[in-house]
Amino acid sequence: MATQAVDNAQDRATPPQPDAVVVRFAGDSGDGSQLTGGQFTLSTALAGNDLATFPDFPAEIRAPQGTLFGVSAFQINFGSREINTAGDAPDVLVAMNPAALKVNLDALKPGGLIIADTGEFTKRNLDKAKYDSNPLEDGSLDKWQVMAFDISALTIEAVKDFGLGNKDALRSKNMWTLGLALWMFDRPREPIQDWLKNKFKSKPEIADANIAALNAGHAYGETAELSGPLNQPSLPPVPTEPGLYRTITGAEAVSLGLVAGAQLSELPMFFGGYPITPASAILHHLARMKQYGVTTFQAEDEIAAICAAIGASYAGQLGVTSSSGPGIALKGEAMGLAIMTELPLVIVNSQRGGPSTGLPTKTEQSDLYQAVYGRNGDSPIPVIAARSPSDAFECAIEACRIAVEHMTPVILLTDGYIANAAEPWKVPDPANYAPFPVQFLTEKNGPDDTLLPYKRDSKGARPWIKPGTPGLMHRIGGIEKHEQTGNIDYSPDNHQLMTDARKAKIDGVAVPDQDVAIGEAGGKLAVVGWGSTFGPIHQAVSRSRAKGIDVSQIHVRHVWPLPANLGELLRSYDKVLVPEMNTGQFKTVLRDQFLVDAQPLNKTNGLPFYIRELEEAIEEALS
Amino acid sequence: MNAPVKIETTLKDWETDQEVRWCPGCGDYAILKAVQRTLPQLGADPANTCFISGIGCSSRFPYYMETYGFHTIHGRAPAFATGVKLANPDLDVWLVTGDGDGLSIGGNHLMHVLRRNVNMQIMLFNNEIYGLTKGQYSPTSRIGTRSPSTPIGSVDRPADPAAFALGAGARFVGRGFDVSKKLPDVLKAAHAHQGAAFIEIFQNCIVYNKDVFHDFAAPKGAEDRQLWLADGEPMLFGSEKTGGVKGIALDSEKLELKVVEVDGDDWESAGVLVHDVTNRSIAHMLVELPFGPFPMALGVLYDDPRPTFEEGVADERERATEGKDADLAKLLGSGQTWTVE
Repeated sequence: MATQAVDNAQDRATPPQPDAVVVRFAGDSGDGSQLTGGQFTLSTALAGNDLATFPDFPAEIRAPQGTLFGVSAFQINFGSREINTAGDAPDVLVAMNPAALKVNLDALKPGGLIIADTGEFTKRNLDKAKYDSNPLEDGSLDKWQVMAFDISALTIEAVKDFGLGNKDALRSKNMWTLGLALWMFDRPREPIQDWLKNKFKSKPEIADANIAALNAGHAYGETAELSGPLNQPSLPPVPTEPGLYRTITGAEAVSLGLVAGAQLSELPMFFGGYPITPASAILHHLARMKQYGVTTFQAEDEIAAICAAIGASYAGQLGVTSSSGPGIALKGEAMGLAIMTELPLVIVNSQRGGPSTGLPTKTEQSDLYQAVYGRNGDSPIPVIAARSPSDAFECAIEACRIAVEHMTPVILLTDGYIANAAEPWKVPDPANYAPFPVQFLTEKNGPDDTLLPYKRDSKGARPWIKPGTPGLMHRIGGIEKHEQTGNIDYSPDNHQLMTDARKAKIDGVAVPDQDVAIGEAGGKLAVVGWGSTFGPIHQAVSRSRAKGIDVSQIHVRHVWPLPANLGELLRSYDKVLVPEMNTGQFKTVLRDQFLVDAQPLNKTNGLPFYIRELEEAIEEALS
Repeated sequence: MNAPVKIETTLKDWETDQEVRWCPGCGDYAILKAVQRTLPQLGADPANTCFISGIGCSSRFPYYMETYGFHTIHGRAPAFATGVKLANPDLDVWLVTGDGDGLSIGGNHLMHVLRRNVNMQIMLFNNEIYGLTKGQYSPTSRIGTRSPSTPIGSVDRPADPAAFALGAGARFVGRGFDVSKKLPDVLKAAHAHQGAAFIEIFQNCIVYNKDVFHDFAAPKGAEDRQLWLADGEPMLFGSEKTGGVKGIALDSEKLELKVVEVDGDDWESAGVLVHDVTNRSIAHMLVELPFGPFPMALGVLYDDPRPTFEEGVADERERATEGKDADLAKLLGSGQTWTVE
């Protein structure tokens, strides 16, 4: 299978990833970038991160406003490991004007985040920075992620109650930006507020205006549910394997993978969605891909989104829906109908912290039970988990393939980190993927000129019959149905048979044998992960092995059904450690399925694992 | 949408081999027959016809129609039907729902399918009770309805399906009742309407809410209690035999409808309104016309088509696709790229 080959090549090629985030604040020397950066450093230090700072003053103090040589910057590097230098390329660039963007852009990593003040991207400032067109609008920043908003206007609005003139009000812009950064990086506001009160002791109205701007920037981040790069702790380094590259986020990769999957199945795609953080980006991307046979439908709610997708599948298209945990919960009943009527459907869950509304902008892996078990009745669904943005492309294709070949809904799990994180992606050649064209039933398939809508093929799948096909009229629905005709049938033997058939069909989904990501089959310790923990586990196991520790990494993509050899593989290690961003859900599945003594390592503070904490856990497991 | 080819069928062609399981005497039987009688007259093609339902007594309907059928989940049929119509706009979709399915659990979806104007016929069987779950009061039950869940009578004000539909933006609102001979005419008008056509069908639940519509549906006195509306015809009811012909006129002082006596054939001088199915203001008054002081307004209350949702989506797709190709390799390599040597 083509998808598998690509995948493994990528695993081996992934070099160690940094554990720290580098943020550069850049603006006019008069904008107070130094001040912003300095205060951010203060709060970061209080939050307990190692950090290093790297101020970059312009030679002229107060150089002409908006010019390239008047740009001042301040860089901060913080993370959980020891940091000796702040000279790393920034992951995040805060650009307060076009000149600041131009001067600092080259340093920003591919896939890094640009935060820009659109209020300063005027014709005049663009000219001063020698831009022919607005880089925020002309696509020249596609290599990075851009969050652009009118920070100037938002700041003026925030401080308008303090009676400052526009010019004075705009001086608080840096505080607004700092507030936003504090939200994105989970830093406390109190030290800054205290510092402002102290600094402007004699001018309390100035202190209050600055605090208001700070709070407004923080509130903006929270209200707009902006995710910070702390959700993306490890932007991968610049790739070295030759080829054509672009930057891709998980949401983009899922969207492209779904389009590719639909094309490989030779079906138009129907996507039903409803706005929710962090899954909306998939709806946004697909809405711009109509020329690829994609119909997007923003439904009135999560339930309608999945129901419309099932309706489209029933009518012969590839139905897809996407959401995050709370929305997926609402879709549960409809998933049951797709299981019962045996229609293909892809359900993407970009997991976030839960339960309930939980932490919309933070990442978690706590919807595994929901995906595997979370419906009424015996209702098995294949579940695939992507490990990274680029892996999400392969997983989306795989989800489409399983859905149409087995006539079943399939759940694809990503999470807030994967959805938002951007990484360099080696552009794949579509010719390397084997098509899986769908054959609709066009003639009666039973004896004596009868139609049997539930007659199963060798995979246990029933035929897909499009309404509109002459002579094949039939009825389907959520009530238990006869194992051949599909007519309502409540009889005990039939329900037993159909329950068994639905289970056997999903158990029989062909899942590649589980490989070992790093290390060897058998040994003292296996660290078993799924989803976005791949990166940190990979680093931690690599580093531990470099220290001579007998530890291997196993990373599971097919969460349900599990690879047939997985139990035997796990039993070949003395110990099994399962790090997860939940309270131990996959650990429980592994224990249940294989009776292995899988030990949990859990974290649910909304942040990904740090490499160091995994290294410590590995050492502790073997001590 | 392609003009559908007219197919010759008989009522028998639309019956399935499944045993009909509604209670003996249920109004659903009459509606089923009315639909099966109407479809041959429309020249409809069973293979191109799809009945989609939610959950409830009415929602068993698709099992008895020899067409494509999808019995979905409670309240969500409009969402499934929207997906079906977007995937294949040429299918002739009939939605079957009830007062509980369509106005309680599925009120949101009903509102949006009407607002979006998805081209389909929506039949809401209103029996003012939950039948399948054994007789609880429903969102259309009248105040004081005694039921297992309201043993001393319900207290909440009922929803009015036709008024709900019009308020949600429906461009076709019709009304009929199960045993009415005129129901097929309403169904035909709904089918001819391009867009979401909403038909409220009063249906007698003989077990849990027997004869709740008897006051106007009973044959005796029907002339006085039923106002059958027809486009271009005066709004008349009653007869000389039953105490005089009456009509509906507009009280222009109060801006509401009133009943006026008609002397002989001279309805014009009595100020009786001529029904204009495209008059939305009058339609709002008709759907809210209280039965009692007024007869029950039946037939086509409102019919004024607008472009459908599917047409809009297709147009948008055409515009978005114009001059673009669907080369997957190009898509994957789009955006800013760089090459590693």
